[in-house]
Amino acid sequence: MTGSRTENLLELHDLKMHFPVKEGILLRAAKYNKAVDGVTLSIKPGETLGLVGESGCGKSTLGRCIVNLYRPTAGDIYFEGHEISRLSNREIMPYRQNIQMIFQDPMESLNSRQTVGDILEEPLIIHKIGDAAARKQRVRELLNIVGLPARSVTRFPFEFSGGQRQRIGIARAIALNPKLIICDEAVSALDVSIQSQILNLLIDLQKELDLSYLFIAHDLAVVKHISDRIAIMYLGRIVEIADSDDVHSNSRHPYTRSLLSAIPVPDPRGKKQRITLEGDVPSPIDPPEGCSFHPRCAYRQSRCASDPPSLRSVGSSTHEFSCHFDLKF
Amino acid sequence: MTEPLLSVQHLGVEFDTDEGVVRAVDELSFTVAAGETLGIVGESGCGKSVTALAIMRLLPQPMGSIAGGSIRFQGEDLAKLPVARMEKIRGARIGMVFQEPMTALNPVKTVGKQLIESLLLHTDLKVEQAIRRAIEMLDHVGIPSPDIRMGEYPHQLSGGMRQRVVIAMALICRPSLLIADEPTTALDVTIQAQILELIKALQQEMGMAVILITHDLGVIAETSDNVAVMYAGRMAESGTVYDIFDDPRHPYTQGLLASIPRLDHASKTRLTTIEGMVPGLLDLPKGCRFENRCSRRQARCATHAPVIETIAEKHKVSCFNPATQPPHDAAINT
Repeated sequence: MTGSRTENLLELHDLKMHFPVKEGILLRAAKYNKAVDGVTLSIKPGETLGLVGESGCGKSTLGRCIVNLYRPTAGDIYFEGHEISRLSNREIMPYRQNIQMIFQDPMESLNSRQTVGDILEEPLIIHKIGDAAARKQRVRELLNIVGLPARSVTRFPFEFSGGQRQRIGIARAIALNPKLIICDEAVSALDVSIQSQILNLLIDLQKELDLSYLFIAHDLAVVKHISDRIAIMYLGRIVEIADSDDVHSNSRHPYTRSLLSAIPVPDPRGKKQRITLEGDVPSPIDPPEGCSFHPRCAYRQSRCASDPPSLRSVGSSTHEFSCHFDLKF
Repeated sequence: MTEPLLSVQHLGVEFDTDEGVVRAVDELSFTVAAGETLGIVGESGCGKSVTALAIMRLLPQPMGSIAGGSIRFQGEDLAKLPVARMEKIRGARIGMVFQEPMTALNPVKTVGKQLIESLLLHTDLKVEQAIRRAIEMLDHVGIPSPDIRMGEYPHQLSGGMRQRVVIAMALICRPSLLIADEPTTALDVTIQAQILELIKALQQEMGMAVILITHDLGVIAETSDNVAVMYAGRMAESGTVYDIFDDPRHPYTQGLLASIPRLDHASKTRLTTIEGMVPGLLDLPKGCRFENRCSRRQARCATHAPVIETIAEKHKVSCFNPATQPPHDAAINT
């Protein structure tokens, strides 16, 4: 990861986010929840990086570190070559404009007492963009871009369906012409027929506005659909990262394999060999020694319990995985 | 021909809301034979969960009520059964698993207490026998050290473990029908796979029928013998799992199948979608409820509601202008 920093829009270097777990009468931080524990990755301009993992793997925390909702414990975040994780609130402002976020539940992320017009205008006011008339014009333009009627301006979020509310969330995220949007489970709460509408909208917007996405989701099929590359996360670490098609057809990490095999296929004839994982994901407070996946891994050997593997590349340099063995599945 | 285990005929369910009476389920008919799995699929608000609650006679009171139709189960019409009689069936002969295990479990009672409750209610077992049976059941659903878990509270268990406990509770009286409403939706995929396999194994072993309600067509394809596709309170299409996935005829079923992102499709291509939204139950269209989103609509669709018709042995479609061939997008196989 020593290449030129200008080539990548975003780079994370060994990023860690450890939350103190306070215990006892003195509420001393006796333990740490290692939600993100050493993540290195990059996103190129115009690229979609998918980030997949199960609940508690740290994928949302990672997204929140990038938009500066959390201050990382260690590591660096470079945006267009500038380190942004230790900037003051004032210094971060220009970057905030460039990195926006879309949340899972649009009902919770939209202020229910504001009209849609006010919601969309607020980022423009905060970043002092245009005068009142220009802002009103921009709001109408945004509604048009995301496919909502102009009369929505005076309506409140509760008057919209889930899919429409997500369109409002998207309109707000693109209001400031950002370069990168973090989509945190942006379509998970939607019905299939609405989910496909929103995925299409995101794909169209990316082309029109030259956006990059970090697309965080638990549904590998959805992520595969929208992403150029996919990173698989387990207990705070990236266990495999590769081009979307490689993740599907050429994955090397046993966890990726079992994740893939666990997805129910909408085809009654497609019965396949399933690698059912035993047990649950361990707690990130006390992650297992060695490879954090070893207690659930069907291919574990003695060294896995003591020796943590690090990411290494296979074949093409864009495909990396962290397993001591290169299993031929 | 033997009578099916469950036969729902022309079922209607109404809710009395502030804005007027809402008919959440309308003219719904289906049957479930002993030992088979019926998958009910549809999007939010299509009435799939309300159907489950109606069968269990657990509709929210006093707003919800069964408004017409019958629910015949083992020779009795559940729709007309007195409450006391229904309580003997619920939990004993029909078990139910809900989406969110934490809300289905009582947080202030131990797992063991909740498990033996229904045994003591529905069987003549003594407390010690019930405890033994409960431990066996926990072991059966794959909970390690079940005797210790008996004394624990729901919050001490993980999500997957809690759902196993809920399944153990639903099955402890060996019901002949299990209704599972989105049993795996709140769980991660790897845990979902465990739970679906568990339900399947227990079903085979105990010979019970299952009604599996879900929005996930993948789950339906992997578990169901027969499938019912619901839209805005009505049945759009029903048939065997092969009828629905290989040869969908209703434009809604076709649209639904085409809009799922699939792992074996090319990345970053636009998905086929169904434009528009489900109509609100308060102002339903007069004709077909799918009319405003349908690509095959005709003039009469706006004024007349289609009736469900049989097109093959088990395959039924409610559409004036059903597709004659499966679309390319819904083409199966990899």
